[in-house]
Amino acid sequence: MFIDFLYALRKRKVPVGAQEAVAVAHALVLGLHDSSLDGFYNVARALMVHSEAHLDDFDVAFAEHFRGVYADAKQITDEMLEWLRDPKPRRELTPEERAMIEAMDLEEVQKLFEQRLREQRERHDGGSKWIGTGGTSPFGRGGYHPSGINVGGSAGSRSAIQSADARKYRPYRSDVVLDVRQIEVALRKLRGFVREGGERELDIDATIDETARNAGELEVVTRPPHRPNVRVVLMMDVGGSMDPYVQLVSQLFSAAKRATHWKELRTYYFHNCVYGRVYRTEGFQDPVSVRQLLRECGSHYKLVMVGDALMAPYELLGSSGYGEEAQIAGITWLGTMRDHFPRSVWLNPESPRDWRGNTVEAIASVFPMFALTLDGLSEAVRELTRGAARLK
Amino acid sequence: MEDFRRFRGTERYLTNDALESAVNCALALERPLLVKGEPGTGKTLLAEAIRDSLGAELIRWHVKSTTRAQDGLYVYDTVQRLYDSRFGDGDVKDIRRYIRLGPLGRAFSATMRTVLLIDEVDKADIEFPNDLLHELDRMRFNVLETGDEIVARERPVVVITSNNEKELPDAFLRRCVFHFIDFPDTELMKRIVSVHHPNVAEALVDQALSVFSEIRAMTRLRKRPSTSELIDWIAVLRKSGATSVRLERELPFLGALLKKEQDLVAYADQLAGGRRFRS
Repeated sequence: MFIDFLYALRKRKVPVGAQEAVAVAHALVLGLHDSSLDGFYNVARALMVHSEAHLDDFDVAFAEHFRGVYADAKQITDEMLEWLRDPKPRRELTPEERAMIEAMDLEEVQKLFEQRLREQRERHDGGSKWIGTGGTSPFGRGGYHPSGINVGGSAGSRSAIQSADARKYRPYRSDVVLDVRQIEVALRKLRGFVREGGERELDIDATIDETARNAGELEVVTRPPHRPNVRVVLMMDVGGSMDPYVQLVSQLFSAAKRATHWKELRTYYFHNCVYGRVYRTEGFQDPVSVRQLLRECGSHYKLVMVGDALMAPYELLGSSGYGEEAQIAGITWLGTMRDHFPRSVWLNPESPRDWRGNTVEAIASVFPMFALTLDGLSEAVRELTRGAARLK
Repeated sequence: MEDFRRFRGTERYLTNDALESAVNCALALERPLLVKGEPGTGKTLLAEAIRDSLGAELIRWHVKSTTRAQDGLYVYDTVQRLYDSRFGDGDVKDIRRYIRLGPLGRAFSATMRTVLLIDEVDKADIEFPNDLLHELDRMRFNVLETGDEIVARERPVVVITSNNEKELPDAFLRRCVFHFIDFPDTELMKRIVSVHHPNVAEALVDQALSVFSEIRAMTRLRKRPSTSELIDWIAVLRKSGATSVRLERELPFLGALLKKEQDLVAYADQLAGGRRFRS
């Protein structure tokens, strides 16, 4: 039965395969799970999950698979959680009550649970029907029912499914969170090295070689040390529709600034779309003409654009320059930059669901576009390094 | 299948079911155990606890940014050999004299089962774990210079810790048993404190814990204090003879809990005017 669970995990994009299946089977043969579901939960988690980013998916899949707690039914209102906050002690059940509870099957309990979830409007303690504490209904907190539904986490002694339901690893998911540190980790993959500068490192192989050629007379050979050789241009859309993402973008920004493995990082700002010039400060001061920028930065720079790519169509297809640049549309400027920097990406803080049918689509046809999540960032970094291979 | 000694934590190292289960999986399946978690949650101490419970020798390999996988196997001391050949000291024909085994090599060639701790594996280059895959899998490697093969007589228990500074390669992850050390809940934290400070008044511990959790709940901290900071802080409180402590601006020995200047500023900021921001 755990093979099905394997597929449930794969459906949630937890990377498991034959290797994990064999390992778990081996552990089960050895009896590491102590023949209990709790034990199985721990063993399977240790062997099938390889990163804290997948712990939450594992928990969800586990809860779903092993008790059919459907994710939809878990839309519990905050209010209800409030009623359940400090549970009343459970009264001892009479044997009859206990037998009755045990007789209820899971499906029935679940159906009732969903029904109550819709109907219940207030706090209940000690009753037998509603979702509450200290009562005999199969729903609530800290309960006894073997196939009952625990709402709101932290029961006295947690069973595997209760811990799985608590979903305490949610903050570690890689498709939602981004903190500065995680962005740094993602950016760290964007790197490259070259030997240059003064010859200050002892080249042992060459030294031995030369010494041998020199009939055993010591001949020291030095070479320049390894140095990072990645140059990055970061351009950010600020103001207007980007305001909700200020926090996110500033995190990306500080992570990029902190990255020590780049040789050079240039940051510029623009509003909505790039026209003839970009700005060195957030307040649109200190303009730099794009042509000048393209002259200064060769095609070996990597270009990272950050913006929601949402604007009025005329902003993209129209122009906003002076003099001879007045006739050039925003999209043309973007195309020029894309042509100049073969290794370039566009990071979009909007969810990919909203990318269809507006200016986002037009821009995505110019730049490879990625979501500004940890996964998206890793893919973007991969694209930036793949571009390097394509050039060669 | 032969039975193996189950790991149950030690007197000084408290565990939970999930952690014990992960360690036992690693022991039984003879796979490396990869431990992640916030700094200060006792990742390195786990290796010592496993050593204590198995009664084995612990070999530590502290990984640095310059560490290469080869360093863990062996180092061929060419410079010494070159030097000896030039200034005539010893038999330079015998290459074996210039092969120095690294931590992995020593763990393999030990006569008893050892515990090998590869500490902070994420500090090294991204490719570092990949370079060790084969050696950790097969538990053997060749010394190219001499043609000798070093084979583990007893598969060492390998504990690998990571602070998440870099992502680890998938192929490497797939071979490991993974455990993420959670931040302990209040109950476990109390027990951990009492293991380290058995004679502290309970009232002080309770107060310290509540201050500690308030500080951890502050949203603007860069580096939230963790278990080891709490243990240290209670140690100084004890030494100073404090009998009670509460959350206030001039918290005694705040430096033991908060290590970053910005965090100290943020702390003062949040307490100023009685306004507190919590998550």
